[in-house]
Amino acid sequence: MDKQQKLDAYWRENLIYIAVLLSVWFVVSCVFGLLAADVLDHVKIGGFKLGFWFANQGSEIIFVLLIVIYVQLMNRLDRRYNVHED
Amino acid sequence: MGILGWTWVFVGLTFSLYIGIAIWGRAATTGDFYVAEKTIHPIANGMATGADWMSAASFISMAGLISFMGRDGSMYLMGWTGGYVLLALLLAPYLRKYGKFTVPEFIGDRYYSTGARVIALFCAIFVSFTYVAGQMRGVGVVFSRFLEVPVNTGVIIGMALVFFYATMGGMKGITYTQVAQYCVLIVAYLIPAIFIGLMLTGNPVPQIAYGGTISPEGAELLGKASYQGQYLLDVLDGIQKDFGFGEYTAGKRAVVDVFFITIALMVGTAGLPHVIIRFFTVRKIRDARSSAGWALFFIALLYTTAPAVAAFARTNFLLTVNDKLYATEAPQWFKNWEATGLIAWMDKNQDGVMQYRPGLAFTGKPRFAEGAGDSGERMLVNRPTASDNEIYVDRDIMVLANPEIANLPNWVVALVAAGGLAAALSTAAGLLLVISASVSHDLLKGVLMPQMAERTELLWARASAAVAVVIAGLFGIFPPGFVAQVVAFAFGLAASSFFPVIIMGVFNRRTNKEGAMAGMLSGIILTAGYIIYFKFINPAANLPENWWFAISPEGIGTLGMMLNFAVMWVVSRLTKEPPKEIQDLVVSLRYPVMRD
Repeated sequence: MDKQQKLDAYWRENLIYIAVLLSVWFVVSCVFGLLAADVLDHVKIGGFKLGFWFANQGSEIIFVLLIVIYVQLMNRLDRRYNVHED
Repeated sequence: MGILGWTWVFVGLTFSLYIGIAIWGRAATTGDFYVAEKTIHPIANGMATGADWMSAASFISMAGLISFMGRDGSMYLMGWTGGYVLLALLLAPYLRKYGKFTVPEFIGDRYYSTGARVIALFCAIFVSFTYVAGQMRGVGVVFSRFLEVPVNTGVIIGMALVFFYATMGGMKGITYTQVAQYCVLIVAYLIPAIFIGLMLTGNPVPQIAYGGTISPEGAELLGKASYQGQYLLDVLDGIQKDFGFGEYTAGKRAVVDVFFITIALMVGTAGLPHVIIRFFTVRKIRDARSSAGWALFFIALLYTTAPAVAAFARTNFLLTVNDKLYATEAPQWFKNWEATGLIAWMDKNQDGVMQYRPGLAFTGKPRFAEGAGDSGERMLVNRPTASDNEIYVDRDIMVLANPEIANLPNWVVALVAAGGLAAALSTAAGLLLVISASVSHDLLKGVLMPQMAERTELLWARASAAVAVVIAGLFGIFPPGFVAQVVAFAFGLAASSFFPVIIMGVFNRRTNKEGAMAGMLSGIILTAGYIIYFKFINPAANLPENWWFAISPEGIGTLGMMLNFAVMWVVSRLTKEPPKEIQDLVVSLRYPVMRD
């Protein structure tokens, strides 16, 4: 691969990460916590109805995890394509 | 020592700490003043962002808001945290790579247009002033409730403090004070929450406790032995239904509207200049990503506790206040806070029992008459409504009265006061810096006096910060009636103006000046027009049946954002592409480092 191809490949992989992680972001908050919440509410974990829990806490916890995952993925990707900061 | 004494001690200690940090962190250059010379550690920046973001409203009002809204209140929880994912993935690393000082500066450079920069800088100033007005008022209110000084004196004390550390230290001073303020506010928030959770469920982790079962002590406190062993949320759902409020864990608002509001808050958060600018202060691009993660972690600590506080407070309120005889059964905290006018009881049916039901008890805020009623309650002169409800309750009480409800020592009450002040001051300082940078860096240096030397610019930066503090203080002392109405504006405008142009600026190199201008203007005009119509021109029509697609003015920013994206894309394709060097700039943002 020449330099330009490598740079394009790096960017494409980044966009794939973003697309996947943002899909999860949308699903846990807007779908689980809102649009499909009434269905999920039939499942209970402890005293929490599942849809209610996603809306109240679950989506926020998963948001934090999503950023952690992205940071790890990008740190690796930066190294793999040699665009990392020293 | 009494509550008042402890409060003075805590406020005195924290204020001296903030001043000490300001003296230590004096800014010497404009780089120092605007972005702390890009030397902030990602964890410190995460904490500072947390304090910057969590305002008086998050600290004092949010849990109360949720406790009255039930499940629908989740739109604030998801909306005000979801934006950080967008920041980490779509904005922070690229703007950090760009590496200059302000958001309008990025927009001006990327779209090679002074006009775009001017629109952006006025949006930044407007959004920040809207927001800061509420903060200064918040400082005054905390002072008056806890320290028994007039609200205006409180505002002036707060102004003097912010004036000192914002004009002297700039971003550097503000950052390290915000780190300290985060520590103060999170401790102040968690301690009462932990104790109330322990009391009701025996579980010390509030986030888990409110999904647990009620302990024997909890059942005793709630006054009904049979609650022991039942899930707290089930009990809460049951009593909410009995009194006609509807289940706590069920949604009541139209789903479409909640959806639009949630998205507008998420996108608006990611587009707020005082949040974005925090990511300009870290050393590296990977730090910008990770510090967004730290920021959200620190924010989520409070934001996952808030719904627990909300559920505890609601259960406790419905069971220990409702249907109790005022004279003999009302809890002590109820009477303490009645004295402040945050809670009031009007014995409409003259039975001496406090009935709490849906609807307003009377019109307006409580206005008290001299003397006491038959049960010893404070008499009201307000006009009663037709509803059965007899209790007026300010939602802020759900956080403010927490320590007393949990019978915690006086110093905890004082800590809550210091926490509220920390939340309000830290947010105010961050906003003032954006205003100051917009004026000195974007308007003066960028547009009007480009030849200005750095020393002069630093002087202007300090001067505009000083003027901004004074204006913010005046907003606090003479609160314009429209402040509550325009908060929707801040998020709506950030969502419909900044967010789309920055995203397209980074991810689409074909987007040009014409597209950005047309997009921003159409987004702003739609959003502002809709809000102005329903909030100012014709407030009587602000009803779901008149809204477009059932979207309330709070959620319209989402539609404005979509319009902005669409217009920007179409106009960019119809006009000529941006110059080569701009396209190269866009591409260069994508790579932390380009090696040969």
